[in-house]
This record gives sequence, C-alpha cells and structure tokens, in this order.
Amino acid sequence: MKSAVIVFPGSNCDRDVAVALGRIAGHAPTMVWHGDRAIPKVDLIVLPGGFSYGDYLRSGAMAAHSPVMTEVAARSKQGVPVLGICNGFQILTEAGLLPGALVRNAGLRFICRDVHLKVESTESMYTRRYKRGQVIRIPIAHADGNYRADAKTLDRLEGEGLVAVRYCSPSGEVGEQHTPNGSARNIAGIFNERRTVLGLMPHPERLIEPALGGSDGRPFFEGIAEALAA
Amino acid sequence: MTLKQGVLDPQGKAIANALHALGFDSVEGVRQGKFLELDLKDTDKASVEKNVKSMCERLLANTVIEDYAFEVLK
Repeated sequence: MKSAVIVFPGSNCDRDVAVALGRIAGHAPTMVWHGDRAIPKVDLIVLPGGFSYGDYLRSGAMAAHSPVMTEVAARSKQGVPVLGICNGFQILTEAGLLPGALVRNAGLRFICRDVHLKVESTESMYTRRYKRGQVIRIPIAHADGNYRADAKTLDRLEGEGLVAVRYCSPSGEVGEQHTPNGSARNIAGIFNERRTVLGLMPHPERLIEPALGGSDGRPFFEGIAEALAA
Repeated sequence: MTLKQGVLDPQGKAIANALHALGFDSVEGVRQGKFLELDLKDTDKASVEKNVKSMCERLLANTVIEDYAFEVLK
C-alpha cells in the first residue's frame, strides 16, 4: 500500500502519521509539500494535524487553497481515499470535500487530552477493524473542533450512516455533556458519501502502541492497511 | 464576516459576560466577527463588487457558518 502525507507550513503531526502508516502498513509514505502540484500515484492521501498557515483567517482556510489541494480534490473525485486528521479535517471542510465546519470550542480553550469515542460505523476502510458501538480512547488536541452544520446536513449524515465516531462517556453514553468541544450531536468524525474520505478531530496516530500510552488507534491503521493491501 | 444567527458564538458570549462584569448591563448580546480592509486597483464599482463578492464566497468567509457584508469606499 502506497500513501502520501501532505505537509503544509505549520503541519506538526505529519511525522506521527507517517510513522503509524510506515510501521503498520509496512510502507513509509511519500511526504508531499503543499506547494507541489503533483502527487505520486498512491492508494491513500493523508492531510495531517497541525496549524497550517498559523490558522490565519480560519483553521484550514488557507491550506484548502494550497496548490496541492487541486490535485487532492481531483484524486478524491476519482475515488482515492483521503484521510484528514484534526487540522486535516478542518482543511477538508474548508475545501468542500466534507460538509459542515469546525468552529471554536464551546469552552474557548485549547483542549489536549484523551477522550472516549464511540465507533458509529464500521463500514469503511478506516473503521472496519473496530466493532460497531465500540468505545475507544483517543487523544484530541485542538481549539477549533466544534463541528457545526445545518440541521438538514446533520440529519443526512446520521440517516446515511456517515457519522464515523462520536464523543461519548467512558461507558459509551452519548450526551451533550460528553462532547469536549460543543460539537453538534457529539460528532467527532464524518465520512463523505462514498466513505472514501474521512475527517476526524481525534488523533488515532498518537496511540498506536502501549509505549505511547495506549493502542486504541492501531486498528484504524490496520484497517487501512488491510483494505488497501495490494 | 460574522457567525450566522443560530451558530453558537462562544467568543461573543465571553465578551458579553466581560462587559456585564464591567457594569454594562444594557448589553443583551455580542457577536464577534472579522473586519478586513482590501486595497484594490480596480476603479469600476460594479467590477469591484463582483470581485469582492467572489473573494468572500471563495475564501474570506465560510458561508457554511458565516455571513458577510462589504462596502466599497473611494
């Protein structure tokens, strides 16, 4: 499986996700600078976490118009999987590859801690190694992770099973009090219609082995590797 | 650019609380937004308006969550 990680000025989780992909999928990704217009032929494109362009204007707004994003959008249209983690999720919404928007956390603070997530859908290459309804522990680190969309869009996402993961309590209860950032309907990650694009605020690449404090993020990359094994 | 009505504006809320703490009790609500000044070499008003509208739609505002308004000054 070949993958590419797009590096924007201000990306800071590009290496973490490259290590996760390299170790678990067995093939180190190609790092592609945001100013490049070409992306090598790959099975997966990753937009990593970080603070591209210093979050100027809005998180992800400037990166969404980086030269490389024209090619990312074109590949996505062809069906190439695109994964956006944290800032990558913000970039995907700003680029119109996923619906909705991520605004300032309801509590206004930057939040960096582990949260519990409920896996809502396992019908994707990203979540296939989890069980439906499984509660996992994954870190978040963001100031703008409050997912917002109009009611019609939220209903559609839920109705079509396009919510990938939701914030929940350690025992799996999904209630407003369990969303760390105020996200509508506790949404932490969503798919596009074909489930080839996934955007999520939590960082599965940060917990891929016990030495890092947990390995709940590991099945995420195992699923990707399994689905894209060629 | 301001957040649309109905989109939670936690920063506006925090500012309103701070104003209340200072004794400005008449404040019923605050919406925080952004203000940009653009210098354009274009002088034709119609084309400036068309251009700026396009800039707002494509980059300056995120119309999923924000409203925008602009004024052309000489």
